[in-house]
Amino acid sequence: MTESLLEVRGLKIGATVYPPGEKPHDIEIVHGVDFDVEPGKVLGLIGESGAGKSTIGLAAMAYGRGGVELTGGSVTVNGRDVLQSSTRDVRRLRGAEVTYVSQSAAASFNPAKQIMEQVIEAAVLHGKFSKSDAEQRARELFAKLGLPDPDNIGNRYPHQVSGGQLQRCMTALALCPEPDLVVFDEPTTALDVTTQIDVLKAIKDAIRDTGVAALYITHDLAVVAQVSDHIMVLRMGNMVEYGTTDQIINNPKEGYTKALVSVRSIEHEEKQPTEPVLRVENITARYKGTNFDVLHNVNVDLSPGQTLAVVGESGSGKSTLARVITGLLPPRDGTITFAGRKLTPDQPSRTIEDLRELQMIYQMADTAMNPRQTVGTIIGRPLEFYFGLKGAEKQKRIQELLDEIELGKGFQDRYPAELSGGQKQRVCIARALAAKPKLIICDEVTSALDPLVADGILKLLLELQKIEDVAYLFITHDLATVRAIADSIAVMYQGRVQRYGTKSEVLTPPFDDYTDLLLSSVPEMKLGWLEDVIANRKMESAGN
Amino acid sequence: MFKNIPLSAAIGLIITGTYFLAAIFADLIAPYGMAEAVGDVWEPSSAEHWLGTDQIGRDLLTRMIYGGQTTILIATLATILSFVTGSVLGFIAAVSGGWIDQIMSRLVDLFMSIPSLILALVILSSIEATVVTLVVIMGLLDSTRVYRLSRAVAVDISVMDYVEAARLRGEKLSWIIFREILPNALSPLVAEMGLRFIFMVLFISTLSFLGIGVQPPLADWGGIVKENKEGINFGIGAALYPAVAIATLAISVNLIADWILNRTTSLKGGRG
Repeated sequence: MTESLLEVRGLKIGATVYPPGEKPHDIEIVHGVDFDVEPGKVLGLIGESGAGKSTIGLAAMAYGRGGVELTGGSVTVNGRDVLQSSTRDVRRLRGAEVTYVSQSAAASFNPAKQIMEQVIEAAVLHGKFSKSDAEQRARELFAKLGLPDPDNIGNRYPHQVSGGQLQRCMTALALCPEPDLVVFDEPTTALDVTTQIDVLKAIKDAIRDTGVAALYITHDLAVVAQVSDHIMVLRMGNMVEYGTTDQIINNPKEGYTKALVSVRSIEHEEKQPTEPVLRVENITARYKGTNFDVLHNVNVDLSPGQTLAVVGESGSGKSTLARVITGLLPPRDGTITFAGRKLTPDQPSRTIEDLRELQMIYQMADTAMNPRQTVGTIIGRPLEFYFGLKGAEKQKRIQELLDEIELGKGFQDRYPAELSGGQKQRVCIARALAAKPKLIICDEVTSALDPLVADGILKLLLELQKIEDVAYLFITHDLATVRAIADSIAVMYQGRVQRYGTKSEVLTPPFDDYTDLLLSSVPEMKLGWLEDVIANRKMESAGN
Repeated sequence: MFKNIPLSAAIGLIITGTYFLAAIFADLIAPYGMAEAVGDVWEPSSAEHWLGTDQIGRDLLTRMIYGGQTTILIATLATILSFVTGSVLGFIAAVSGGWIDQIMSRLVDLFMSIPSLILALVILSSIEATVVTLVVIMGLLDSTRVYRLSRAVAVDISVMDYVEAARLRGEKLSWIIFREILPNALSPLVAEMGLRFIFMVLFISTLSFLGIGVQPPLADWGGIVKENKEGINFGIGAALYPAVAIATLAISVNLIADWILNRTTSLKGGRG
């Protein structure tokens, strides 16, 4: 066995919490974790939000983010315990021996400086290279990471490259000082699925070619399976399972790991289209003050009690379609027929009945609920507003709705801040259901949630569809979700409907090039999947 | 609510409370009549006259208490007026957007481009200064500042999804303003209110000092400074008492505002 590069023993991490109505007190968020990373190997840290994976990743740099404190154990890098080292020694370590790639490259680069300046900064500062050598190395890394025009791309500013390219620049930044270890913190999570696989491939090749070791943090098991040698599954600050990638994926031992591996096991019988409740005809739309259309001649139908999934990357116009249907963005051309009535283009002129029967659920449940209103007020308002319910009658209906979303008693008086992410989204569902709608537009409702929680929400939505006979227009970029719940699918690309039909029609070959790219880009929990996909693609992704 | 109250807020509450109580019960606690000449000119402090007497022999403590009553009354009413008009108009502008916002905001810019003291001087030179006219003029002039703040705060809030959800539900403007936006805009507005109240105290004192604010024989703190300013030449400190009163009131009101701000910004309960 080779000497470990990073050796973590009994790592404990604490933080101060401020619960409502109580005095602030300290809690432990990581309860003694042990692991090793050998030179040139990649360890995947996986878990849901709150599992402590990012916190552990940053601990490898002896860093505790905002109020987080490393309270116990040891973190040994190249034979030195960094938790006991002086600030000076730690400073020498960060950015030289251990470097960091964050989730949002866009938020991490300084928008006022050229990329090159930022990529070589650490390497020059630590005296590893002279400025010209560092630039030379950066250009080699740009080429290795598959960036276009590697000799000159460094002269651009961060806003002049795409999101996927910027994420690769950040990887170059991390690799430039020839570190021994790179901490990747969800490097592809914020990217589109078709862009993600290119970045993933670039990172994987760069790790292999430079021989650097890495900690790869993500919540997506399928992604981590492509890049890591070992995987550690974390849950609520404890290690659940540790093993080789092959063993975790193909032969998980713990129940929690099995649940993660087999997530998205929802079975949904596809229904045949009937007389549509929503008919979108020839919709063309553009935003005020711009001179190009974001939607071109969009036609889709949605049958009552069924689900139409609108799929596409960011910028494909799928959320704009929702804004047009709700009347927030009046279209330039085309008509929308809803429940047999023609909808007026702008929302303020619509009747109360139209508004009631067309509800919306948002991606971020956090911002979709007024933080100063209790759950009872949030759900009760549509009842009061649309049906004039008051007093005991209203309370009874609120409780019924809370039961329907499986929250039960005692939630009425809570504020949104006192709910978990999944509970928040459930309250938003209840608010939409309170109006007894015929159609609910679901805008990426599960994409901000952990896989297991998202699964619960999808099951709930399907269950409610059976009871309430409500139709869903389901906007998402996640094809696994689409497979789980859709009756019909519209694939959108650059403002046009690329492919449209029932689920089985759309998902059956032959595909057009874009649908093929989109479908093949969804990470599968299979070793060697990444290489197969890259080799068999017909079309380059937009992020390239 | 009053559990674990920090020391600074407690001090603020005690001092502010004392001033307000003295103002409310002025008739009961003032030792002499407001305009009653009870002693010699500029007597030093004594057992009969704790703060001495003023330039025509009235008891200075009595004058201070009645002066505080007028000053605090006018400042409070003007602050309330300025906040009600300013924040409601600001919220309407933010929620409506478009040309309504443009017209209102440019009009406010126009008023703000004229120094409010000069504008007040011009208006008060043409109409009689009573408590009502002073409150209205000060309140409306100051509401331009509140308008700017509340509009800026509300613009940020009105793009939140929950406001969009309320619009999609078909809610009227009044619900959106008072139930969705106001509760979330309260923290910065409360903090601003503490500051604005003190500016109002200074504003009314300035006007009275210049002789166009509160008219004699009514007492107010600015007026007391004006009446007794000659005394400073003879080493008489009578003009300094109102200054001390204004300063202590300013600090104590803001100690309270800070505390309220701390308590209301965090949705998970105060952090002290």
